[in-house]
Amino acid sequence: MAETMLEIKDLAVEVAGRPILHDVNFTINAGETHVLFGPNGNGKTTLLMTIMGAPRYKVTRGRIIFRDQDILSLPMDERARLGIGMSMQRPPVVRGVKTRDMVTACARGRESDEELNTIVQATNLTELVERDINYGFSGGEIKRSELAQLLAQKPDLILLDEPESGVDLVNIALIGRLINDLLQKKQPIRDRKRSGLVITHTGHILDYVDARTGYVLLDGTIICEGDPHEILKTIVKKGYQECRKCVT
Amino acid sequence: MRDLNSEKTRKEKAKTAAVKQARFGNDIDLNRYEHAAENVPYYEDLSKLPGDARQQMLQSGVTVDDVRQRSGTIIQMDHSVIHSLSSQADIEVMSTQKALEKYDWLAAYYWKAVAVDADKYTAHVELNPGNGYFIRALPGGKSTFPVQACLYIGKKNLAQSVHNIIIAEEGSELHIITGCTTSPREEPAMHLGVSEFYIKKGAKISFTMIHNWSPETDVRPRTGIIIEDGGIYLSNYVIMKPVKSLQANPLARCIGENTVTRFNSIVVAPPGSNMDLGSQVILDGKGSRTEIISRAITTGGSITARGYIEGNAPDVKGHLECRGLILKGEGHIHAIPELKGNLAGIDLSHEAAVGKIAEEEVEYLMMRGLTRDEATATIVRGFLHVDIEGLPPGLSQQIKQTIEDAEKDFM
Repeated sequence: MAETMLEIKDLAVEVAGRPILHDVNFTINAGETHVLFGPNGNGKTTLLMTIMGAPRYKVTRGRIIFRDQDILSLPMDERARLGIGMSMQRPPVVRGVKTRDMVTACARGRESDEELNTIVQATNLTELVERDINYGFSGGEIKRSELAQLLAQKPDLILLDEPESGVDLVNIALIGRLINDLLQKKQPIRDRKRSGLVITHTGHILDYVDARTGYVLLDGTIICEGDPHEILKTIVKKGYQECRKCVT
Repeated sequence: MRDLNSEKTRKEKAKTAAVKQARFGNDIDLNRYEHAAENVPYYEDLSKLPGDARQQMLQSGVTVDDVRQRSGTIIQMDHSVIHSLSSQADIEVMSTQKALEKYDWLAAYYWKAVAVDADKYTAHVELNPGNGYFIRALPGGKSTFPVQACLYIGKKNLAQSVHNIIIAEEGSELHIITGCTTSPREEPAMHLGVSEFYIKKGAKISFTMIHNWSPETDVRPRTGIIIEDGGIYLSNYVIMKPVKSLQANPLARCIGENTVTRFNSIVVAPPGSNMDLGSQVILDGKGSRTEIISRAITTGGSITARGYIEGNAPDVKGHLECRGLILKGEGHIHAIPELKGNLAGIDLSHEAAVGKIAEEEVEYLMMRGLTRDEATATIVRGFLHVDIEGLPPGLSQQIKQTIEDAEKDFM
């Protein structure tokens, strides 16, 4: 039986005193990739940031269990060092901190210079490594930079917030390949140790990355769980209005 | 032959300005300090310098144990030049007094880039001469390594008086690193330093200055730079240690066409430090360009970060960037960027920002596994990183090292 990577139990979250998530429950096993659908402003990013431990997301109820350990009291850096990594949709610019410095910092001394250069080349970041992180980056460059950092960090649970947004059609194939590398998709299912939770708006990423389970997050809670392609097909055909019918 | 009339006029001008307060900075009572100092003997072999002095010099970027990576060295202790040596035939390094005795023509450069009656501090340097350094690159000469200069105050309560003249003759290139420091005993002292730079046609000077004073030092440098056609002046100024009071506002006058001037300042003010620092560039030559970049951090001290660019000729371009970070404590930063355009077709711009470290930046790095302290240190290191072009690699590395060494004290 596969090891449980992440368990979200009865989770409720508020931001600046405003309730955003409630009654969220799901489980991701090791080696599985799950996908989150939902309209803007319904709590998808809040869920990922809460799992990551960002301080402004206050858990008011429930538990987050990562590999049998309740991580609610842990700060972000400890969660990262335990094996949780996240690609942000709109990461901040940090002036003076070079992209190479960030990739190196993510590796925390585990990777040799040669291995880090391989990551930089694989993510097509060679021309960006001496630039301030995220400064003047295009949408695709931001995504590739985020994935380069995750490749150096090697987390076991990978949270991806809209990895395809702002990415052109040429780059999306590369992004898909990099995500598959991160999630060990080339390995047989039984050997995969890493898990993913991916937010997608368009579903384009599903053309490149296989996922086992899809969820629809509406009004702060998961209202539907099933085959991700089937859910996407319904959303494309009938919109989220159809999903709303399931809860009314 | 010395021009006695001109010397007399100079002295008279200085006397009239002897009580003239400076435009910026708190007024220092010069009578609080002693002005005479005993002669310090000449050191042929710098390794015989006292260990604490060598250490202080090293922290100011001046190495005395191995000078093979230097094209020349000059060291002044109190009012005495205790060592001067050039290791290149096309670079001259000597005390200003000696240079004035050697070259009659040098009088024409004396107080030409800085006005003798600018304020009581310039007047004091004229009326109480205490030496200084003369560094000159002969036409076409290029310093293979930086020339290093050190101004060291060893005597308690001394007002060190210094007049430096630096000349890059036509087509020459000169890299200078100057370390200004005091004995480690944390005693009161004052430094009054006049520096006049002359950059001839097609010449280049990079001037890196590291200040490493005791917390009881008052410092009043007065610097003027005159740049001719195609000349380049790159200034890098670093102060990361406490100082009682420091006020400086060097003025570069770009009189030639197509000159390039760049001032980079990296300033950290710990509690008790009062710093009023600026850079001024007057673009009088067509097609001249300038950039003034300042990075200021307070951990409790007070910083005024000034910048002034004036455009008076066609096709000139200037950019001024003041960024300040209030890291902790009750410190404050006052950024005053100023631009003045006197002609159509000029291009001057500025940006200024003062604030704290953005929490979202700290969290972004923590998300990658860095602790809060590691994330903060990484952001501060990035903030202090200024792209410095045109320096030999060894000198760039030295500036980086100075900043990294000092970070431990204020982080």
